[in-house]
Amino acid sequence: MKKSVFLGALTIAGLAATASVASTLDDVKARGKLNCGVSTGLVGFAAPDANGRWNGFDVAVCRAVAAAVLGDSDAVNFVPTTGKTRFTALASGEVDMLARNTTWTFTRDVDLKFEFVGVNYYDGQGFMVPKSLGVSSAKELDGATVCIQTGTTTELNLADYFRSNNMSYEPVPIETNAEAQQQFLAGACDTLTTDASGLAATRAAFENPDDFVVLPEIISKEPLGPLVRHGDNQWGDIVRWVLNGLISAEELGITSANVDELAKGTNNPEINRMLGTEGNLGEMLGLDKEWLIRAIKVAGNYGEIFEANIGEKTPLGLSRGLNAQWTEGGLIYSPPFR
Amino acid sequence: MSDKVTAYVRTEMLEEKAPPSLNTGPLGWIRENLFPNWFSSILTLVSLWIIYKMLVAFIPWAFGGVWNASSLNECREILQGVDAACWAVIHERFWQLMYGFYPDHLYWRPNLALILLIVALVPVLFEGAPRKLLWISVATPFVGPWLLWGGTIWTPVAAALGFVVGIAVYRLTASALSNLAGLVLGPLAAVIWWILLAGRFSDLVSSILPLGIEPVESRMFGGFMLAITLGITGIAASFPLGIILALGRQSNLIIVKTLSVGFIEFIRGVPLITLLFVAQVMLAYFLPKGTDFDIILRVMIMITLFAAAYMAEVIRGGLAALPKGQYEAADALGLNYWQAQRLIIMPQALKIAIPGIVSTFIGLFKDTTLVSIIGLADPIGWVKFIQADAAWNGIVWELYGFVALVFFIICFSMSRYSMYLERKLETGHK
Repeated sequence: MKKSVFLGALTIAGLAATASVASTLDDVKARGKLNCGVSTGLVGFAAPDANGRWNGFDVAVCRAVAAAVLGDSDAVNFVPTTGKTRFTALASGEVDMLARNTTWTFTRDVDLKFEFVGVNYYDGQGFMVPKSLGVSSAKELDGATVCIQTGTTTELNLADYFRSNNMSYEPVPIETNAEAQQQFLAGACDTLTTDASGLAATRAAFENPDDFVVLPEIISKEPLGPLVRHGDNQWGDIVRWVLNGLISAEELGITSANVDELAKGTNNPEINRMLGTEGNLGEMLGLDKEWLIRAIKVAGNYGEIFEANIGEKTPLGLSRGLNAQWTEGGLIYSPPFR
Repeated sequence: MSDKVTAYVRTEMLEEKAPPSLNTGPLGWIRENLFPNWFSSILTLVSLWIIYKMLVAFIPWAFGGVWNASSLNECREILQGVDAACWAVIHERFWQLMYGFYPDHLYWRPNLALILLIVALVPVLFEGAPRKLLWISVATPFVGPWLLWGGTIWTPVAAALGFVVGIAVYRLTASALSNLAGLVLGPLAAVIWWILLAGRFSDLVSSILPLGIEPVESRMFGGFMLAITLGITGIAASFPLGIILALGRQSNLIIVKTLSVGFIEFIRGVPLITLLFVAQVMLAYFLPKGTDFDIILRVMIMITLFAAAYMAEVIRGGLAALPKGQYEAADALGLNYWQAQRLIIMPQALKIAIPGIVSTFIGLFKDTTLVSIIGLADPIGWVKFIQADAAWNGIVWELYGFVALVFFIICFSMSRYSMYLERKLETGHK
């Protein structure tokens, strides 16, 4: 097997170097599996459970796309990528899309030649302190020691924030989230800073979560979303509109429970267009009429996915906040289906 | 007068008496080794105190742990504030730490491959074993990967046929033309077979006679199974490669020597993690999009090359330690280069190099954990996965402790074996 893989790779390398590259959609259909890049484990967003099945908020996006394109939410190869390997994995074609807590920034979009198809979670950098420190605002953190993950945008945000407020700090560099928890609990630093969702996850894992508070200040914008490669707009459209479909479904009240009922036809033309009873939106994407029905059936609409993985009833206990629908004061907003 | 003098002369020997009880037995040992003077006594007492403190903290923690719970919070509820381990995470995720995503109804295949490997190693490692077992040693490199990856049986058969083709061509050309022509054409024929014909052969035969087992993709490999697969492949492939490089470095042929030195120095000058990033990231850029060059195979190649460079230097150390007289004696006996290496030089050089070789093996095995940095699901990668499960988020010591324990068992066994081997081969050159 090993040898044939190796020899096969060499032969294919020779052939493919001359042949033109097929579209991602065709590749995925031919393979029968979606290669989806996820995180190497992030509480609530992506992790394999005791049966080896991947679950989480980001994973749900992969499954929805697989259901829309291939008709099977399990037809996904989950490729764990680290912060260092994620962009090469996408650029080289090892994965078809990334759904991996990646902040949409100018350079990643433009310079690295990726296409962010939307935002599925609005995050922002915050601070957590022990209650015993007696601090109620990040402005009071002058001279504090700060535990911070190296090599991320959080490092730069922190430096900017402290400089613009004329404060000083002493960084304690750490590599992983688990290390951060240990260091923080051991008192190696006064405050721990990372994305607010990460702080909530960390706090939820503490033995005495009530001894710690997350400060109200959010010092950065971290819009997280799925992304694809530049250059294949059809594929980018598919991922974008699956995500938008999940968001619109929540807005219009389509849930995993009633989607079959609504697919028989309703008085709302937008629902009809989404679920394929009117118009030919699926065809325009290169898919069939029921693409969005399948995507919604996997785990429900955006709101259902949120509640099941990171919502207030989960150990993470995140409130919707910025991630509520625009009709309820949040930023989650999908362009119309027409 | 003389009688009085003789009264002072002892005529028979005194019976031997047991030494004072403070100088023998456990007490004597303790006095000699632990309390010979005041400074050592203080050190002993301080050490005992430290060990006692550690055990007092560790034993209740480890042995008072919880084995049955479904989440860290449940553990904490059961423990009611007592500081003890939550082994339930190991209990629940044991098979994942061992096999990763490998399908659980196929666990017998890696197990069988491992047993096969152990049986195959017996005739290589222990002299007294029956020689017939050597056939298993020959078959294992082909059957083992087939068991792990599955697929049609004709792929390993085709791979093995390559050696048959090579040897046949060598025999024919060596008798018809010359030994040198055989040495060149034999391997060439084998390589041509593997690259051009082996794939077609296995496709053709499997379309006529489809014999195979369920294929398993590389991405399913994980946990200790991945670490052991990488480690064993690296060890098995880097050893012969290292010998060849060590000989190449000492060769009089300028091209062979330059290539060997260049390879060794380049690989030794680069950290392993850099090579792994090359395997993961750079190759992906160089190869055309959509090329499915198996990632585990890429990593195996890099680990093997890395270990081979170190192995070459360790073996060169053994070669350098041999007195020149051994080489000259081989020449005087009229042995050619390969005969001299096989019969005289290598057995001695390798024996000298055993501690270094085994150190390299152990280092290589432990280095396999670096693959978690490029996103492969080795034991460390699985620790991260499990920590990312909301149920086990926040658990640290139990998982890393378990991984460390398994690594220790494997590495310690290798170390003990090397000591056994050294004693067995001891010929008194001290």
